[in-house]
Amino acid sequence: MDFLQTLKIALRALRTNKMRSFLTMLGIIIGIAAVIAMMAVGTGASYVISQQIASIGSNIILVIPGSTTSGGLRTGSGGAQTLSSDDVKAIMAECPSVAYAAGTVRTSGQVVYGNMNWSSIIMGGTPELFEIREWPVVSGRPINQDDENGAIKVCLLGQTVAENLFGSADPVGNIIRIKKIPFTVIGVLERKGQSPQGTDQDDAVFVPLRTAQRNLVRSQRTGIVGAVIVKAKNEELINKAESEIQSLLNQRHRITGGKEPDYSTRNLSEILAVAEKSAKAMSLLLGAVASISLIVGGIGIMNIMLVSVTERTREIGIRMAIGAKKNDILLQFMTEAVLLTMLGGLIGIALGAGGATVVSRLLEWPTMISFQSIAIAFIFSGAVGIFFGFYPAKKAAGLNPIDALRYE
Amino acid sequence: MGDQQFEALKGVSFDVTAGEFVAIMGASGSGKSTCMNILGCLDLPSSGSYLLDGLDVGGMTTNQLADIRNKKLGFVFQGFNLLARTPAIENVELPLVYAGLNAKERRQQAIVAMEQVGLAGKENNHPSQLSGGQQQRVAIARALVNNPSVILADEPTGNLDSSTTEEIMGLFTALNRQGITIIMVTHEHDVAAYAGRQITFKDGRIISDSKINQTD
Repeated sequence: MDFLQTLKIALRALRTNKMRSFLTMLGIIIGIAAVIAMMAVGTGASYVISQQIASIGSNIILVIPGSTTSGGLRTGSGGAQTLSSDDVKAIMAECPSVAYAAGTVRTSGQVVYGNMNWSSIIMGGTPELFEIREWPVVSGRPINQDDENGAIKVCLLGQTVAENLFGSADPVGNIIRIKKIPFTVIGVLERKGQSPQGTDQDDAVFVPLRTAQRNLVRSQRTGIVGAVIVKAKNEELINKAESEIQSLLNQRHRITGGKEPDYSTRNLSEILAVAEKSAKAMSLLLGAVASISLIVGGIGIMNIMLVSVTERTREIGIRMAIGAKKNDILLQFMTEAVLLTMLGGLIGIALGAGGATVVSRLLEWPTMISFQSIAIAFIFSGAVGIFFGFYPAKKAAGLNPIDALRYE
Repeated sequence: MGDQQFEALKGVSFDVTAGEFVAIMGASGSGKSTCMNILGCLDLPSSGSYLLDGLDVGGMTTNQLADIRNKKLGFVFQGFNLLARTPAIENVELPLVYAGLNAKERRQQAIVAMEQVGLAGKENNHPSQLSGGQQQRVAIARALVNNPSVILADEPTGNLDSSTTEEIMGLFTALNRQGITIIMVTHEHDVAAYAGRQITFKDGRIISDSKINQTD
């Protein structure tokens, strides 16, 4: 008996009871749709997180000063001015697991060009900063060591600042005023997008560290940096680099015994890696919960197939009398069950994908539907049909033709 | 069935030669149905043997029996036993589906069989759109389509009125004249009268086996 004929018979049987077939499929439809939607949401979330990891740069450790007390008031962490450019140089020179270290200072202020002005973050950083952040310029040139050494008044603009001051014109070569001091724009940075914390990373102006230290920030001593950004040589060396930095700074800052360090380190990539892992675990968990409904749907299929076998006992008897072998009958009912679940699977995939798209539009939550998850869902729906269709089909194939023919 | 064995047929032995038209008669419980099931390869005798076309059916597997039913036997039932919601032509094609013929060959042979039973033009009618007599003709076409050695008819006119019975019996007689062997179970004497030979069962034994001269 050829497969096409088997398929035709199965289709006819499903068409005969349209409503029943649909309701039976509904369990699978809902299950598959839920799995697809959940996977899409989960994959979307972990994609966003990995994008953010890429946007801050990989293998990054942040060193920030500790808190300080003045007049009985403690500042938060980062308030003290305990890290200096010399610390940065020492980290670069003495920590073997560190690829780059860059001192930064940060302030905010008004940026003015012609009759346009914009309040933005002003970052001072050594040229290494852009290596660490993996952040190239799209026009002009980056800040180089000469700019840094000479504390020259040049700046790089983030995309947001460039757009707000210059519109679509090229800012390179123009003079802008930062906190009333004129700076030459030497380049515009590539678009970075949102940071993991949700701030616009492109809303910033970058100047050489020494320029910023001299002209833009006030500090008690010269050479103070607000934070040090460090890049480890590779992923495996992040933790090693962190402990190297800690022991070096403890030594330089004379922190011994129980004394609390006047700085702290943060391993950004690690925090995000954990977030990514939990997002993945979440989507797996949601997928697992959703797949329970597939099992429930499968039981529904089994139930209806059993009813169908009973209802069609006579038909089975006729087919057997006429020459159908056990396998023909088995295959016929299996085909019916698999057809039910696979059709349900296809509808479920469409619904799940549609649902995920709607969710991402309405809630602005990123969703991603991978070809892989569709393939898995489709194969899984077929497998549900085979698994739950087998028992009823076996029952049908095991009928005695004489009894089946006599069945009323 | 139960703990005790029940002998439905005892010492039954008869030969049917090719081209015969045999009526099997008897009251219910006489063993004629069991005999029919064995003749139809739906059941195997617990002892004794059944040779069909010289082939001992006794030791065959269920798949082999299915093949025999498919290729050597044609069934006609009291209740027609057509597949509902399936066009007449596809009902007729059904044995050919299990014989593994392709769609084109199936259609050709089925059309010939439909013509043989006088139902040309009704190919696409569903059983519910046909009269009882027509439905039984479809069933006969289905039994014929594979060119079987024997057509087994179990009370083929049991659900039909007298004029339709005549019509169907006329068809059987005509098919028999073309050389097709027919074995028919019935409990109506006037139906049995169409057959050239009558075997009567009682309590699992044959009590009479008579050849009668055709009188029409």
